[in-house]
Amino acid sequence: MRSVFGKYAANCVAFLLTATIDIVHADSGGRLLATGAATQIEGSAGGGIVPMAVLSGYDTRDEAGGTAFVSRVDTKDYRLDSIGAAWSWRNRVELSAARQELRLDTLAGALGVPDNTIRQNVFGAKVRLYGDVVYTATPQISAGAQYKKNLDFFIPSAAGAKDDSGVDMYLAATKLFLAGFADRNVLLNGVVRWTKSNQESLVGFGGDKRNSREAVFEGSAGLFINRHWLIGTEYRQMPDNLSFARAQDWKDVFVAWFPDKQWSVVAAWVDLGDIATLRNQQGWYVSIQGSF
Amino acid sequence: MRLTTILLMALLSGCALQASKPDDLYRELGQEQGIKTLVTKLLYNIADDQRIADQFRDSNVERLRDKLVEQICVLSGGPCVYTGDTMAESHAGKNINDMHFNALVEDLIAAMNSQQISVSAQNRLIALLAPMHGDIVYH
Repeated sequence: MRSVFGKYAANCVAFLLTATIDIVHADSGGRLLATGAATQIEGSAGGGIVPMAVLSGYDTRDEAGGTAFVSRVDTKDYRLDSIGAAWSWRNRVELSAARQELRLDTLAGALGVPDNTIRQNVFGAKVRLYGDVVYTATPQISAGAQYKKNLDFFIPSAAGAKDDSGVDMYLAATKLFLAGFADRNVLLNGVVRWTKSNQESLVGFGGDKRNSREAVFEGSAGLFINRHWLIGTEYRQMPDNLSFARAQDWKDVFVAWFPDKQWSVVAAWVDLGDIATLRNQQGWYVSIQGSF
Repeated sequence: MRLTTILLMALLSGCALQASKPDDLYRELGQEQGIKTLVTKLLYNIADDQRIADQFRDSNVERLRDKLVEQICVLSGGPCVYTGDTMAESHAGKNINDMHFNALVEDLIAAMNSQQISVSAQNRLIALLAPMHGDIVYH
């Protein structure tokens, strides 16, 4: 019985893998390798924690394309899993959806509450306003919005968060400098985000200290060792709305691998600072993206 | 300590010297013969590339090859003169889009890889070609 089930499961996994690879190999767009970036934790094209002005996938101004991703952040006391997909049209508009699931066993234990998971849905839209990340002298500029809905608001509410849903708006500028440093291609990305989210809104929106949007800065810098390997760092400023616990800025150092236009893998060491009174949340981040 | 200083100075002066030579890239591409081989490989890649082969079907291949060699020679600091049309003139009305342009870049990278041209020289050559994008696509 067991072996029959095992065989069924193996066949099933093999079928799903083949189907995924078929879909993914069906058609890759006409943009250059790595110009679709990876997918950041909220589902927008970007690095690991910071979005970029580039749109997901490899579609040019005459094509459409998309991506799907999974990622995990694992720190001392928290684990965040994200899964999602993005679709972009004519290198102009990107639509994305992601589901996040945060495990917080240490905090739940300390608070003596049974909930050990906070789930959140994120729906994103991004529009390329101007420029091309590779070919124009000025950076590629995009405007984006992320609507987020926290599905487990008990703990955020207890921490003093005011709303379980909200919208972040951002302006991103991204530029690849060909042979920019030591004859290697250099990627620079800057984002201004208008937000009142607490810890990327996993702890809701607004708080007792502050309940209005503010502009925060996010940035990424990377160096392409060759066409396939990018090393870099990210920084994401966090609003500090709750008197219950201070929020600290997030940062990471990452390695991204673009073996071909179908796949990308990002691995990072992240430092999220103190989160909800639990100190020094450092750990690993991994994401895998498929493009179609 | 002294050895480190000497090595460091040698390294620094070496770098400075390297950067000041205007025909550095030309040499790294293998000078005239290297560029001729590179362009020939590029044209073979284009002919095999379904995305763009049709765009070149009516071209005079001999002339195209000579003009590309001249152009890359001049761009890389070599002792040549470019005698072809401007990029805007030679691509006008050909309906070249981003996908076509990037396909050619990919074919060029493949040719440079097969010529074992270093990543740094590849990046420098592409950096010199990239600004032509605006004169070539969607005209």
